[in-house]
Amino acid sequence: MLEIRNLHVKLEDQDKVILKGLDLTVESGSVHAIMGPNGSGKSTLSYVLSGRDGYEVTDGSAVLDGQELLDMEPEARAAAGLFLAFQYPVEIPGVGNMTFLRTAVNAQRKARGEEELSSTDFLKEIRAKAKALKIDAEMLKRPVNVGFSGGEKKRNEILQMAMLEPKMCILDETDSGLDVDAMRLVADGVNALRSPERSFIVITHYQRLLDHIKPDVVHIMADGRILQTGGPELALEVEKNGYADILKAHGIVAEEA
Amino acid sequence: MMATLDKATALDARLARLSVPAGGFAAKARREALERLSAAGFPGRRDEYWRWTNPTAFAAPEPARAEVPAAQPEMFDGFGRIRLVFTDGVFDAAASDALSGEEGIEITRLAEAPDVNWAASVYGTLEAAGQVPVLRPFATLNTVAATDGLLIRVTGRVKRPVNVIYRHKSEVSDPILHHVIRLEPGAEMTLLENGPSGARFNKVIEVEVAEGARFHHIRAQGPDHKRQAITHIFARIAEGALFKSFTLTVNGRLTRNECVLWLDGDNAVAHVAGAALGDGADGGFHHDDTVFVTHDALNGESRQVFKKVLKNAAVGVFQGKILVKPGAQKTDGYQISQSLLLDAASQFLGKPELEIYADDVKCSHGSTTGAIDPTALYYLRSRGVPLEEAKSLLVLSFLADAIDEIEDPALKDEIVARLEAWLATHRG
Ligand SMILES: Nc1ncnc2c1ncn2[C@@H]1O[C@H](COP(=O)(O)OP(=O)(O)OP(=O)(O)O)[C@@H](O)[C@H]1O
Ligand SMILES: [Mg+2]
Repeated sequence: MLEIRNLHVKLEDQDKVILKGLDLTVESGSVHAIMGPNGSGKSTLSYVLSGRDGYEVTDGSAVLDGQELLDMEPEARAAAGLFLAFQYPVEIPGVGNMTFLRTAVNAQRKARGEEELSSTDFLKEIRAKAKALKIDAEMLKRPVNVGFSGGEKKRNEILQMAMLEPKMCILDETDSGLDVDAMRLVADGVNALRSPERSFIVITHYQRLLDHIKPDVVHIMADGRILQTGGPELALEVEKNGYADILKAHGIVAEEA
Repeated sequence: MMATLDKATALDARLARLSVPAGGFAAKARREALERLSAAGFPGRRDEYWRWTNPTAFAAPEPARAEVPAAQPEMFDGFGRIRLVFTDGVFDAAASDALSGEEGIEITRLAEAPDVNWAASVYGTLEAAGQVPVLRPFATLNTVAATDGLLIRVTGRVKRPVNVIYRHKSEVSDPILHHVIRLEPGAEMTLLENGPSGARFNKVIEVEVAEGARFHHIRAQGPDHKRQAITHIFARIAEGALFKSFTLTVNGRLTRNECVLWLDGDNAVAHVAGAALGDGADGGFHHDDTVFVTHDALNGESRQVFKKVLKNAAVGVFQGKILVKPGAQKTDGYQISQSLLLDAASQFLGKPELEIYADDVKCSHGSTTGAIDPTALYYLRSRGVPLEEAKSLLVLSFLADAIDEIEDPALKDEIVARLEAWLATHRG
């Protein structure tokens, strides 16, 4: 279970405050969707949870299964079971995708006191999982994300998630850039991982993804906070009417275009 | 006037400590070299070619004391090589394989070869040719005073690599070694060099690569942090011949590796690459790669790929030049030198140069300095890769282009393994 309480975050080197007292509880086994206007702080939330530099937590906490994430190094958060599928996956020239994944899988196993995966077992597993996501062997050999199309990068994120088997998965706009078929593949990949021990935060702008990955809870985020929480019908409502009414009800004036 | 006098004095002081070997096939070359050296003197800090590297340590009468490095597991184990060991510059026959017996290759020693006709035409000749347009007096000093070295003549395609292993056991050793290699037309060999060599090391390799011959060279310098080394490779590459050299340097207080390549026949190929990892803690790290490639024939191809990773106020230098002579049409010259600075105190100085006197050529060069990409580092860590391991991965990826210059996959793996071991023990 992930419990975020009263999270306040500002940029480290600027006065800009982005998260302004965010509360969120994600129970084990559940899928939560977060929707919200551009710039409301969704990616910032996922970066802060995963430990990216450049942000300062001025107040609040984020506890995953009893462990305070905000005190941990990024690698320790990963070993504790947190995974972020990036909105903009990072290219790493010179590091092979396969080497990267094997290093990550074994580093996490080591941190948890488990034995490293043998190369044969690793290969077997990655081939099967890559195949399910229609990622071909040639892409596994290439440097991480270098020269990958937008959709390939997103599928590569889901492959990493499938290999690392995290407890708490955050998907930041994984659907953007995916064609209809790829979206299906990704959703199938996510659904295959659903289990009573694993939870998801799915950040998206579109109801379409939520047709495939059925959320238990939907949150609307704006101006650094969760404004409203409801069931799947909330996403449908936003799809139909936009955010204006919700924002107005909370006294937030939509910025002029 | 004063400067000239000082130079002469410094040279005299240096020469006074050396016992110049007499007699033998090299006697004439040594005499001529001494004349050249007396005219040139040692370089000073004002010399343009030594702007970024202080030559004093190489000119000084005595070497600086250098503590003996801890023993390392032997490299190139399992490569079926011909092992030849020099300890502080002295050939160690007991620790070495037999010099003779391998088909297609004759190996003798400079110190033991009163008359080796083929070597007489090479010894000091390529070194002398390499003095234009820039003087390289420490190579000339080497020709004058080398006490030993290998004379290798290759007549066939030799499968087993020749592995010259250097060992450093004395804190005050000052070896001067000079190897001469001639590959006859169509011949092929691989030269492996590794190990710490002495407190101060001056080494020259002269290589004649005749028509259609292929010369492969892989060298691992160090780890031997306190030593100071100046090395030169002079190679003449004939028509359709190939020269490939890769050097890995892990630490060393002061290193200057010069490589002077002369593409003298049509369709010659010369690649030289280097990967250096330097930690300036514990007395400093200064690594200088100075390369001079001359295209003197048609359709030649040359590549220079140099990468340096520097931390704790380490200094990296690259001086690389491609000279395309009149008439050397269709030349394809490439040069890249890059450094990765792991902290703000480290420094990279690069001077890439092109001088082209032919109109139908393709030459490019580039030089960059950068730091570890924080976003890539975060991405790796967010996948559970610990900070230091993530840094090592990015360092290895930075060096990949240079390491990829190694053709043989097994040798490449050996170099990567060496690098990984070094990175694992030098974190932070
Ligand atoms: N490093 C930064 N420097 C300057 N501004 C930043 C930085 N990071 C975030 N911001 C600002 O903080 C706000 C929140 O950004 P964030 O990326 O979290 O929004 P988002 O909800 O993910 O938006 P989108 O739906 O467009 O992806 C934006 O106004 C953004 O410009
Ligand atoms: Mg975003």
